[in-house]
Amino acid sequence: MTARQAYLSAYGPVRRKEDARFIRGRGTFVDDVQLSGMLHGAILRSPLAHAAIRCVDTAAAQAHPKVKAVITGETLAARNLAWMPTLSRDVQAVLATDKVRFQGQEVAFVVAEDRYSARDALELINVEYEPLPAVIDAERALDPGAPVIRDDVAGKADNHIFDWAAGDKAAADAAFAAADVVVAQDMLYPRVHPAPLETCGAVADLDEVTGKLTIWSTSQAPHAHRTLYSLFLGLPEHKIRIISPDIGGGFGSKAPVYPGYVCAIVASQLTGRPVKWMEDRSENLMSTAFARDYHMHGEIAATRDGTILALRVKVLADHGAFNGAAQPTKFPAGFFGMFTGSYDLRAAHCQVTGVYTNKAPGGVAYSCSFRVTEAVYLVERLVDLLARELDADPAELRMKNLLRPEQFPHTTPTGWEYDSGDYARTLQVALDAAGYPALRKEQAERRERGELMGIGISFFTEAVGAGPRKHMDILGLGMADGADLRVHPTGKAVLAVSCQTQGQGHETTFAQIVAEELGIPVDDVEVVHGDTDRTPFGLGTYGSRSTPVSGAAAAVVARKVRERAKIVAAALLEASASDLEWGGGRWQVRGDPAQGKTLAEIAMAAHSGLELPEGVLGHLDADTVYNPPNLTYPYGAYVCVVDVDPGTGVVKVRRFVAVDDCGVRINPMIVAGQIHRGLADGLGMALMQAITFDADGNCLGGSFMDYLLPTSVECPSWELAETVTPCPHHPIGAKGVGESATVGSPAAVVNAVMDALKPYGVRHADMPLTPANVWSAIQGTPVRTDLA
Amino acid sequence: MQITVTVNDAAFTREVEPRLLLIHFLRDDLGLTGSHWGCDTSNCGACVVWLDETPVKSCTVLAAMADGRRVRTVEGMAAGGRLDPVQEGFVQCHGLQCGFCTPGMMLTARWLLDHNPDPTAEEIREALSGQVCRCTGYENIVRAVQWASRHEAAGRDAGPAGGTR
Repeated sequence: MTARQAYLSAYGPVRRKEDARFIRGRGTFVDDVQLSGMLHGAILRSPLAHAAIRCVDTAAAQAHPKVKAVITGETLAARNLAWMPTLSRDVQAVLATDKVRFQGQEVAFVVAEDRYSARDALELINVEYEPLPAVIDAERALDPGAPVIRDDVAGKADNHIFDWAAGDKAAADAAFAAADVVVAQDMLYPRVHPAPLETCGAVADLDEVTGKLTIWSTSQAPHAHRTLYSLFLGLPEHKIRIISPDIGGGFGSKAPVYPGYVCAIVASQLTGRPVKWMEDRSENLMSTAFARDYHMHGEIAATRDGTILALRVKVLADHGAFNGAAQPTKFPAGFFGMFTGSYDLRAAHCQVTGVYTNKAPGGVAYSCSFRVTEAVYLVERLVDLLARELDADPAELRMKNLLRPEQFPHTTPTGWEYDSGDYARTLQVALDAAGYPALRKEQAERRERGELMGIGISFFTEAVGAGPRKHMDILGLGMADGADLRVHPTGKAVLAVSCQTQGQGHETTFAQIVAEELGIPVDDVEVVHGDTDRTPFGLGTYGSRSTPVSGAAAAVVARKVRERAKIVAAALLEASASDLEWGGGRWQVRGDPAQGKTLAEIAMAAHSGLELPEGVLGHLDADTVYNPPNLTYPYGAYVCVVDVDPGTGVVKVRRFVAVDDCGVRINPMIVAGQIHRGLADGLGMALMQAITFDADGNCLGGSFMDYLLPTSVECPSWELAETVTPCPHHPIGAKGVGESATVGSPAAVVNAVMDALKPYGVRHADMPLTPANVWSAIQGTPVRTDLA
Repeated sequence: MQITVTVNDAAFTREVEPRLLLIHFLRDDLGLTGSHWGCDTSNCGACVVWLDETPVKSCTVLAAMADGRRVRTVEGMAAGGRLDPVQEGFVQCHGLQCGFCTPGMMLTARWLLDHNPDPTAEEIREALSGQVCRCTGYENIVRAVQWASRHEAAGRDAGPAGGTR
């Protein structure tokens, strides 16, 4: 046998396969899809937050020479499509029939020959509204006599959606009663929007001859959407094909089905032509899924020496006009039950009440891991407040209370089984990287000079990779994911997965997973995704579930192929399969590694005239479905350093150190990129981003002039480090990382700003810490940041 | 009205509505979908192209304003099938994820390096500050531009016939 190249792992900073098309402007986003005869749709939206609809007059719009159809709630009601199911088992109006319930709600859909004419015709529709009092302040939604938003629900007499609780209330109350120290704080996690740079849209194309409906859409969950469309529209599922082409960022906001998608489908049915609908930026910010809007009251109990005993939390959750939160069915408050964080507690209890308001629906849509973001923010602020109360160092207080390695697997007081971790080590790496003692020294010197420098720490534990099917489903669909792997005769492989990339680099990372398992080059693996006709069923990409679930499926299916290859290799080598071992990326005879066969050699043999042994039929292809035994629990320690201008309230993030432990890293370059993004998210939410409303329900965050996103000048040069604690139950030890930094970073920034403002006696101010809000806090009058 | 615009060195004459935006002219009329539309308000920069020698946000430029002028888009960055160093830098430094902001970012970066071949990180951040990326946190975009700057400098040092690329 000729000398072979030394075997190299396929893991590592492999440059991305998808970049070649994007840097040339050759990606295919939904709005890039151009079909022959395609029409364009546009949505007429409500200018009012709450109003009865008296009349929708579309005659003038219908008469526009370029208009092909005008669809109203009445049109849809005749087809029983005026209301559609949400992902939280509520219903949402596709086009309003009875009344409008938030500003920006969909009222009519115009189909015209071009996008400008469709917009023109919207101006020609006359809607007669009768304004109704609106519920804007979530804290007043349950007041007796509050206007009832959801009078479409028979017998509904208030704005209550759900009550949900977790933990042991009696045990928590007992721990609080016995505690030396109790600290309480109200805090708001404001409504934000992920604002992916590509807005939502779809091209629907019904082939009237075959009956096949093809929908190109900005969907993070094409298979789930296909099932949902089938059930809702009454179309046979095999006649629906969803294609999620290149997606310009999703972050959770492209998980739900939106009215515009349904309107495009109905419009294609009505006109017999393909119909494109793309929302504009204001429509995106005002009507698609927002996130957070959690009004929290947290309490933390501890001993005088700084041992944390218990946590109690009450939350008022503003879900907007329809409960459209995208989350597992049994978890109405998402994974907020993770609020005990990374600490060794005796008891905890939380209660969450969901309410309707006259605002856009949503609630779980911004890299939040189903509300772990809110949970981490709450506990990390409370720990800092406790440190303030005890006059303790926040790093030392955390170090003292973090779960210890020997406590894993650890079941939290609210029932989550954390899989693995060495938290203290990760925090120490972060403190060392930041130069924590020197920072505290510098801070003391600056304070002497009247300068406001702050150091903020957060430690987070994430729960990702939903989920075990028996616990987690969306609309009854168990949260598992499939993978099919084909190996061509020449040893090239095609992996088809049910998840879908919005920029995470699946075409590269998943090829690396397969290449590693099969001993073939990464370039020899093609990854197919985002097309329901070409991929196996699965729940899609959100909640950082791609690597934990689909990545596991890819590894498992590749191992199936490898085992099948072993049987063929044994025949080729005229050895017993039991005498073979996998080494150096090929099957070889144990004790005689010169005798071995690569996957390419085995694949060609499997397709040849070789007499195949029992167990193989002719090719090496395999499929699987991965049902995760548990969530995975990535974690991390973040340190943020800020400078605050006391005269203007301007916060400058000077440094940000992030140490993530996401288990085994398949492509560390991509992992770092994911973390960078989340850190920018955290900075943005902490300092800039909020969707606020005036008393009439006018959205004040409806454009990028009002809803401020961080740019390159607000962001510092992120400083990353890592620890690696492999996940014990994942086939390759990976934990997922897509949302970790978004989850962990806001608390670090806010803790840093509050630390900077300590000389003024400021305990807490709510996000976003804009110059005006910081200045108000310095004056001793922190403001509510959700209302104008 | 009839306009003639030279896009990536090729002249296109089209009948357009006076109100047509340059971004829609490029995308819908010419099929050059590499430039993206992102915000309507000149805040995000996904639509940045060059008008003559200057990056502009093509969502707030009328196609009619480009009549008789030259436009350069991402599709025209690679010369003679050879990638621009900025394009290479974005690949080498993982300067893109979803790829939606990337064309605009690269065109602004190209303009920066033409005017300031050796920018500091702060100068790069300032140059890109009118554009939004929701995926990268900007760190790797800055590194990508630095990569391109370094490689162009190496190319210049090696002389016109040489270069490492």
